Amino acid sequence: MTTLTTRYLGIELRSPIVASAGPLTGHLDTLERLEDSGAAAVVLPSLFEEEVVGESMRLHETLEQGLEQNPETVSYFPDMDFSDLGPERHLRLVEQAKQRLSIPVIASVNAIAPGTWSRYATEMVEAGADAIELNLYAVPNDPSRSAADVEGEYLATLREVRSAVSVPLAVKLSPFFSSTGHFAMCAVDAGADGLVLFNRFYQPDLDLETLDVVPELELSHSWELRLPLRWIAILRGRLPRTSLAASTGVYSGADVAKALLVGADVAMMTSALLRHGISRVGLVEQELLDWMQEHDYESVSQLRGSVSQGAVADPTAFERANYIKVISSVRVSPESLT
Amino acid sequence: MAGTTASAKPKWACIDGNEAAARVAHALSEVIAIYPITPASPMGELSDTWSAAGRPNLWGSVPEVIEMQSEAGAAGALHGALQKGALATTFTSSQGLLLMVPNMFKIAGELTSAVMHVAARAVATHALSIFGDQSDVMAVRTTGWAMLCASSVQEAHDFALIAHSATLRTRVPFLHFFDGFRTSHEIDKIELLDDDDLRALVREADVLEHRARGLTPDRPVLRGSAQNPDVYFQAREAVNPFYDAVPPTVTEVMEELASLTGRRYGLVDYVGAPDAERVVVVMGSAAGAVAETVEELGRRGEKVGLLTVRLYRPFPADALVASLPKTTRAVAVLDRTKEPGSPGEPLYLDVSASLAEAGRLPETLIGVRYGLASKELSPGMVKGVFDDLGNPARGRHLTVGIRDDVTHRSLEPDPEFALPTAAVQAVFYGLGADGTVGANKSSIKIIGEGTDSYVQAYFVIDSQKAGSVTVSHLRFGPDPIRSTYLIEKADFVACHQFGLLEKMKVLDVARDGSTFLLNSPYSATETWPHLPVEVQQQIIDKHIRFYVVDAHSLAREVGLGGRINTIMQPCFFHLSGVMPQSEVVPRVKDTIDKAYSKRGRAVVERNYAAVDRALESLSEVAVPDVPAGDLHRMPPPPDAAPEFVKRVTARLIAGEGDLLPVSAMPVDGTFPTGTAKWQKRQIALDMPVWDPSLCIDCGKCAVVCPHTAIRMKIYRPDALKGAPTGFQSKPYRSRDLPDRLLTVQVLPDDCTGCGLCVAICPAHSKTEVKHKSLDMEPVDSRRETERPLWEFFDSIPEVPREEVRHDNVRGVALLEPLFEFSGACAGCGETPYLKLLSQLFGDRMIVANATGCSSIYGGNLPTTPWSVDRHGRGPAWSNSLFEDNAEFGLGLRLGWERQNAEARRLVDEWRELIGEELADALLDADQSNETGVTSQREHVERLKEMLDRSGAASGPALRSLSSLADELVEKVVWIVGGDGWAYDIGFGGLDHVLASGRNVNILVLDTEVYSNTGGQASKATPRGAAAKFAASGKPSSKKDLGAVARNYGTVYVAQVALGGSDIQTVRSLLEAVAWPGPSLVIAYSSCIAHGIDMSTSLDQQKAAVASGYWPLYRFHPSPEPGTTPFQLDSKAPTVPVADFALAETRFSMLAQSHPGHSRHLLALAQADADERWRYYEQLAGVTRSLPREAAPEPEPEPGENDTGEAT
Repeated sequence: MTTLTTRYLGIELRSPIVASAGPLTGHLDTLERLEDSGAAAVVLPSLFEEEVVGESMRLHETLEQGLEQNPETVSYFPDMDFSDLGPERHLRLVEQAKQRLSIPVIASVNAIAPGTWSRYATEMVEAGADAIELNLYAVPNDPSRSAADVEGEYLATLREVRSAVSVPLAVKLSPFFSSTGHFAMCAVDAGADGLVLFNRFYQPDLDLETLDVVPELELSHSWELRLPLRWIAILRGRLPRTSLAASTGVYSGADVAKALLVGADVAMMTSALLRHGISRVGLVEQELLDWMQEHDYESVSQLRGSVSQGAVADPTAFERANYIKVISSVRVSPESLT
Repeated sequence: MAGTTASAKPKWACIDGNEAAARVAHALSEVIAIYPITPASPMGELSDTWSAAGRPNLWGSVPEVIEMQSEAGAAGALHGALQKGALATTFTSSQGLLLMVPNMFKIAGELTSAVMHVAARAVATHALSIFGDQSDVMAVRTTGWAMLCASSVQEAHDFALIAHSATLRTRVPFLHFFDGFRTSHEIDKIELLDDDDLRALVREADVLEHRARGLTPDRPVLRGSAQNPDVYFQAREAVNPFYDAVPPTVTEVMEELASLTGRRYGLVDYVGAPDAERVVVVMGSAAGAVAETVEELGRRGEKVGLLTVRLYRPFPADALVASLPKTTRAVAVLDRTKEPGSPGEPLYLDVSASLAEAGRLPETLIGVRYGLASKELSPGMVKGVFDDLGNPARGRHLTVGIRDDVTHRSLEPDPEFALPTAAVQAVFYGLGADGTVGANKSSIKIIGEGTDSYVQAYFVIDSQKAGSVTVSHLRFGPDPIRSTYLIEKADFVACHQFGLLEKMKVLDVARDGSTFLLNSPYSATETWPHLPVEVQQQIIDKHIRFYVVDAHSLAREVGLGGRINTIMQPCFFHLSGVMPQSEVVPRVKDTIDKAYSKRGRAVVERNYAAVDRALESLSEVAVPDVPAGDLHRMPPPPDAAPEFVKRVTARLIAGEGDLLPVSAMPVDGTFPTGTAKWQKRQIALDMPVWDPSLCIDCGKCAVVCPHTAIRMKIYRPDALKGAPTGFQSKPYRSRDLPDRLLTVQVLPDDCTGCGLCVAICPAHSKTEVKHKSLDMEPVDSRRETERPLWEFFDSIPEVPREEVRHDNVRGVALLEPLFEFSGACAGCGETPYLKLLSQLFGDRMIVANATGCSSIYGGNLPTTPWSVDRHGRGPAWSNSLFEDNAEFGLGLRLGWERQNAEARRLVDEWRELIGEELADALLDADQSNETGVTSQREHVERLKEMLDRSGAASGPALRSLSSLADELVEKVVWIVGGDGWAYDIGFGGLDHVLASGRNVNILVLDTEVYSNTGGQASKATPRGAAAKFAASGKPSSKKDLGAVARNYGTVYVAQVALGGSDIQTVRSLLEAVAWPGPSLVIAYSSCIAHGIDMSTSLDQQKAAVASGYWPLYRFHPSPEPGTTPFQLDSKAPTVPVADFALAETRFSMLAQSHPGHSRHLLALAQADADERWRYYEQLAGVTRSLPREAAPEPEPEPGENDTGEAT
């Protein structure tokens, strides 16, 4: 009998397929459908402090606009209750998700100011979150700050949250560190129970008609899985007790199998579900099961890390040589030269 | 209130008169039919809010609150609900009350228990006024409704209950009224009635009897019959016993109330000397000021008294006579209304008749009009009435509060008379929407509800839409406060806007030794020389303690933008010492929590931060002994200003209108136009600056500017002679007009800084995309530079109208606007359309303007934006009413048509004298374009010269022709108004005018909500948008007004949005005027009621069009067979409606408060748009033609018979 159970952040999961933070984990009805189709855990959308503060303040400003500006007009809008605005909506989502779902609920935080990370994380835990994912999503755009400064700030944030909450803590990293592995190790030292590899940044695009800068949401593609595969493979052996999650480009059972083989505990999906629907979770699980049975694997733990860097015959395959090999293996078509 | 004994556990609240009345009305009603009107709107809004929140009435059910299409509709719905036996009420005022009159007669005639609550307001006569007096209620005193007048906020609460109780006991309907603004908007600390009080007075049996009288097929009756001469009269008299029973019943209810609450009222109440010789009779809020005066005069040994009338209909003659001291020798009856031509105002006549019938006429009985449209009645004025009472030289019919230098009927106030008070008096100056009023409302509640003090707050807000000055008057102290007049000597003065010091006499109200708090951008050591020297002198002379706080910087630092309320408020508490310092911050934070916690914690936390840091930033200024610097208050208008502007308008602008005598005023409400340019409002923080090197001459900036504060001119290079340094120009790109230069000029004192011109400017720098041909810069750095540039620009002649194209934006932008510098909100979406009309047709346009925002920014004193060209021609403008604007405009058109026809008839009749060539030219002129109009004007001039020269105009016919000659030039009538008028209250008339086939043009400035009265839903409000009376999102779709008009097939209809397509807008307006029948142009108008940053409004309009939410189209009827009159001018939708909608708070607030419901409504809104587009696409292919008039049958030739045979 093939078993899919795995442990992530110390929590037992029925399978290694987790729905990562995204639009589908932002509503109770889609959360329930995710659970129904087999997601082993869900990561709720990040509470972006900047966004929730901005939302409140924008509303406040427009409601105050024109208030008591002439004798006929005390206000322009009906008196309504928006107390669900801001962090409260996220907290309520955590609370309700916990009530409605039987799978673990992981809450995600992205704050801007020191102090608020731990405050929001604490509130998420109080609302029932089984674990916290710190979404270290920022563009370090100040050239006067060194990589060490930036990383130091990330680690300070992590320590602050670690000391504030007792539930398991994961950190979602960007792939843009000079020494990704080093930072990953530091993060674990600072208290992270798990690492999510990797965050995807929405990159700006230009509208050539208006010359406006427009944020574009590009969903990931299956081939993008290779980046997390490499780093999970490299880190697995070095961080034996740390949970590792593969995020970005997980589309199929085969993708999950690869993630597990290089050492992930779970594989996280969002883009594939947005493209193909929530039922994709069930399909991916079946594909994984079929593959494992076909290849005589009995459990995820057996599979996990069996093709990590430390476990393969040629560890350099995950390193630079890989690049040279790949480049030199590209066959140039005659058309591309025209 | 004649006496008070404390009842057990009184529950106090600080509320205004509207809320005081509405609380009782809501608790005692099942159906509430309303229509918004100032100053009664808050009663309906509160009721709606309470019902929406599920607050039940006394019997446990939630009252149904329904907004109707007009007050006439509300009265009809009220009548119906009452006839079904429901407990029903309504709230209204002024014109609204007048619209209810027919139903009021019915409701009373049918002896129906009902109450309406009226915030009494002036009725529009020579001018509209939103302010308080009793003209409206006096106009309905014949309807048969009992009338009960409350003179304070407490009484508005208590009398609401008395009215609801008494109507059920007597079956006579009750009109409960109180003075608009002075009582409706004054916040007082009052003792609340509880449910037990209500239950005790509203007896169950009476309610059941009322219900039993309701119509039901189970016990059918007929009511509302038609009666004939045989019985109508007798039937009318049958009601007498019921009216006879009213005074004793009201007395009975008043006594029951007294036993419950200790608050004792009579039908009339007397205070003053028991042996008074002089007595004033008054009704309404003035009773407060008179009572205080009587007490003070009594202390001084004068034998005076006050009689307050509370029940006005049925008039309690016996009670009045009985209350009047036998010693009374002289009575002055104060009326807050004017009845021209009558032998006296209503209350005077009622008192007079009552005393005469009782044989108690005093030696002197006079009537004194006071307080029209919220004119002050101060103790000094009341003293003036007493002083002159009994002076036979003064006559019987007088006024007080104004200086009547024409008919000399005004009494002189006593300027030295002041009342002692134990209350602390504080006055705050601010700008509308800066948070000052809100902060003071909050402060007065903190004091009233957190201490034993009695409190009063009253707010004077001028009626400009943007940049209006607010003055808050706060009193608090150990005794009940009855001072129903503005503070004259303040202990504390605060000025929340530094710039006001130059415009207002802020410290005139400060008493000696008072405290002055100023929001200053300068530090305590730097502020002094930046004050006008007049202000410095007052600070020195009055020994004022002077404090500053830089609230704007602090607000920005803590992320609150321009809102300074939570910074100024703790400073006031700190300086006033009204409560222990340790309590100030917690109490202010508590109110912040109550007010803002429902908008998210960030709002609360930032306001907390503001409070925490406010006191650190407060510092005292060391006042020097002498003034420094040479800054002065704003100078009067220059000599170039017209005489009327200097004599009248300038005084109004300076806030000295109260000082103008009767002789200064036009007798019939007629004012010169072109006056806005003399009022420099200077409200911008940033203004656009032009870079000619990037400009592409498109004209969009000048077209979209809501304030006409950015102008374009083209001229020949020699016009630059004498140009000041810095005057910029560039070659104008035009094949037709070579060798012209172009200048874009901004008016630094009139720009509001809305930023629309910059937002629309398409001319980017190629090397730095953020730099455009127009960039915003701080106005302080540009004002002095730009003023002389504007003066020179203004002196350059306008381009001749026929030289530029009128059918494109580039050309229209060069036409002289005759609508400039309105007081509309910064970034207003309506005003650009009016400016466009004025550019295209202004010199021959008559405007009928429905009441609403456009009539306020268009015609609210002191100035008007409607202007004149160098020939003295310009739009003639008038506002009739809200409900009749289409009909009013039609009447203007009919009047012109008759004058034009008569002029043409006379020209034809006198063609021999006039000359065939001129007569033909006059009669056959093609005036369809600018050249034709110019040419006809020349013909008319020739005609007038000829008539003058020949002396021919000495006969009656040619005198008539002479007076009508100008009417031979085509006039364009534009009927203008908002969606409240066009879709709701004026729709019936609008429809009739559309059907009339007459050549009128109608412009609907569609903001999709009642903007002027504060965001109530209209039938133009779209599905899914939240508005007052649609707080959970308007459930039904917007009315397709264009479809109604198109249906006739004879009406030109266009739907436009300036931000969607400016050229389509321009062409629609031209086609509307060219169309010989009725035209309807529905113009999307962005509004702050949409909840957007107004600088983005043009993008929003674009999105409205791109999403199919607001398709652009023109429906151009044609007699040609096979034509497709409906032309879609916008492209198929490219973005979802939600993309447009959720960028606006009116939609997003629902998405934030009720996400699921919002999604549901927005899905329906998308379906509305999809379906409309599908339908419109089909319409675009539908052929439809106007039935062509058949050629007239040839008249039979003489000598022919029907068979054509010669006879």
